[in-house]
Amino acid sequence: MGEQTPFDEMYNADGTIREPYRALSEWLAEQPDKGLALMQADAEAIFRRLGITFAVYGSEEGTEKVIPFDVIPRIIAANEWRRLSRGIEQRVKALNAFLYDIYHRQEILKAGRVPEKLILNNAAFCPQMMGLEPAKGVYAHIIGVDIVRVGPDEFYVLEDNLRTPSGVSYMLEDREAMMLLAPDLFHRTKVAPVETYPENLRRTLESVAPDSAGRNPVIAVLTPGIYNSAYFEHSFLADRMGAQLCEGHDLFVDGGKVYMRTTTGPERVDVIYRRIDDDYLDPLTFRSDSMLGVPGIFDAYRAGNVTLVNAPGTGIADDKAVYTYVPEIIEFYLGEKALLNNVPTYNCTDEDQRAWVLENIGDLVVKEVHGSGGYGMMVGPTSTKAQHEEFKAKIKARPDNYIVQPTLSLSTCPTHVDGDVSPRHVDLRPYVLVGGDEVRITPGGLTRVALQKGSLVVNSSQGGGTKDTWVLED
Amino acid sequence: MRMLGRTAQNLFWLSRYVERAENMARLLEVGYRMSLTSRREGGASEHLISMLQAAEMDEAFAERHDVADVDTVSYFMMFDPANPSSVRSCLEAARTNARSVRTAITTDMWESMNGTWLEFSQIKPRDVRGAKLAGLLQWVRQSSHEFRGAMLGTLLRDDGFSFLQAGNFVERADNTARILDMKYYVLLPRSSLVGGEIDIQQWTLILRAASAHRSYGHVYHDRYKAHNIADFLILRPEMPRSLIYCANFVQQNLDTLAKLYGRREACHEATENLLKLVDKTSMDDIFAHGLHEFLDEFIARNNAVSETLSESYNFY
Repeated sequence: MGEQTPFDEMYNADGTIREPYRALSEWLAEQPDKGLALMQADAEAIFRRLGITFAVYGSEEGTEKVIPFDVIPRIIAANEWRRLSRGIEQRVKALNAFLYDIYHRQEILKAGRVPEKLILNNAAFCPQMMGLEPAKGVYAHIIGVDIVRVGPDEFYVLEDNLRTPSGVSYMLEDREAMMLLAPDLFHRTKVAPVETYPENLRRTLESVAPDSAGRNPVIAVLTPGIYNSAYFEHSFLADRMGAQLCEGHDLFVDGGKVYMRTTTGPERVDVIYRRIDDDYLDPLTFRSDSMLGVPGIFDAYRAGNVTLVNAPGTGIADDKAVYTYVPEIIEFYLGEKALLNNVPTYNCTDEDQRAWVLENIGDLVVKEVHGSGGYGMMVGPTSTKAQHEEFKAKIKARPDNYIVQPTLSLSTCPTHVDGDVSPRHVDLRPYVLVGGDEVRITPGGLTRVALQKGSLVVNSSQGGGTKDTWVLED
Repeated sequence: MRMLGRTAQNLFWLSRYVERAENMARLLEVGYRMSLTSRREGGASEHLISMLQAAEMDEAFAERHDVADVDTVSYFMMFDPANPSSVRSCLEAARTNARSVRTAITTDMWESMNGTWLEFSQIKPRDVRGAKLAGLLQWVRQSSHEFRGAMLGTLLRDDGFSFLQAGNFVERADNTARILDMKYYVLLPRSSLVGGEIDIQQWTLILRAASAHRSYGHVYHDRYKAHNIADFLILRPEMPRSLIYCANFVQQNLDTLAKLYGRREACHEATENLLKLVDKTSMDDIFAHGLHEFLDEFIARNNAVSETLSESYNFY
């Protein structure tokens, strides 16, 4: 790590092509002048016409933007993926066990393996969930695990997203676009399909329906509405699953059961895939000023008459401060060593570690514990002296509010930029579905790419783009 | 069979707004055309103002502009976001409704609607003059046809389809009735059987505003006559913008809903009430009772259909 050249996923150290990238590199060499640029323009037109947009909060002109899409796919070999998916499955099982424990007997706290204060004083801890039995014991059904690669065999989990991870529609639409744009490339390689995701999502939701539901549980996707940044994804998933897309005022609670208002009167709802944050879910239980939620829905949930996906309070397991303990959590519940590495993380409340962090801030990444979307973070090597000082002051003022990690030299992938192909840093967010029956992981996931040269920040809100992600089949 | 009440509402208004955008473009097209051919001093402005009246925008226009010329009127009817019935406002409202019900419309419908909005929103009003204005107005009409075509060609014939169709034809009936009401006095029977030049000009305007100036000749094989023009736009069942055609069409679609849901509602009664006005009557009867009174009544009953529909099917 540090100053050395980052690992490029297309090349070996000696400059030869890595095996998984052979077909792609041949295809790239065959593209005529401007071929990629034309494809790029086509892709942009496809995405805009389909309305695959996201909203950037705070941006003045037009609230809808098309997320930049790079026409060169990112490739993962079959054996690499097997390793990753085993590690991911282990992780999500342990995190669900952790959630069950935290909201019941809290054995892990009693055993002193995770500090009690870190959990019970945490804003993401949801006391209303104590003792509640979610269907089939699953709390986090839909999970995005952010993974970075730094070498041929070196992967790290950057963070877990257990609240309402977004971006899965980009994974699906990127594949659709890629198949339209470069059908010949698909003929030369065997790529694992991703289009099973909506069907798997439906099965996952059905598997956790309350016992009172019939053979075909009624599923609703609950969205904050058309002005939400991820509205496209909400409508996309509802459409692909054949579920109703509801806003808060489309639902109501009567006698502890949830109904939607239809043209023929009330209709019972069994499972709600909610894309509304915990705080806004139910003005009677959480924030009373919420206009987005459904009054009384939490009581219906507590009574077991409806399943909320994900459960409220899952944020306690993806909190950046809790992240540090995930290897511990895996050992405690599964009795196994973690298969995927965590990024080493410095604890600023420890005096010695803090002193070291302040000394070396220019080489480190600082993240706000509750921040997300690339906001509230600082990447030392690409920040100014003034920014270093600013974050040093912040850490001194509230050491528990920040985690600090070494700057990882994220792998790069060939990317089409300004008519040329050059390496850009990438990360990976695989999507995991945890049902009452099984764990389903879609091969690949969403690759985010930092389009700015040298940048390590891949978030779409910060100018990042996406790539289609190919897991090769043997 | 179920659909969110809000979804039904969005579908109904989606197609009302598409139809309204088309009608606004047509009215402006007629006003623009008439203003070009007017030879009298101040005639151009009068034509444009009567179009604003038909669109029920004359008062709002007068609040913002002193002079009614092609530039001010076309900006107001096409682009002004402060005018809730400008083509821009209609297309934006239609697109917002479509976005809310993406799961209830087909990809073809969405792409048509979204494409129209994206293209329209990039036009700079400054650049649209003369021949460009005429071309743009035609494009708006064609976009509306494209959306309707996508709907007819790809959408399941379920309850959603009926809500869309009902919205479309409630809006169209309203539009035709308003055009007639704006000029009802030139259609009244008078002692002279042959219209003067001014009459003919007014009649042409009415027919054009209803896209009916060509088909008129096919039906009546005769010169323009006030009686025939009123008959054509009110009572001709084969004229797709006539009041009777629209009322029949709304009824058919509401009947389909009644069959799908197994229940008749207040809106069905309201539609029968509307249809009674135009069914089994003649222009002579209508003239005898007063054309203006008839049109007022028609507009009120048509509104009642829209209102009862929203109550019957839990729009909220």
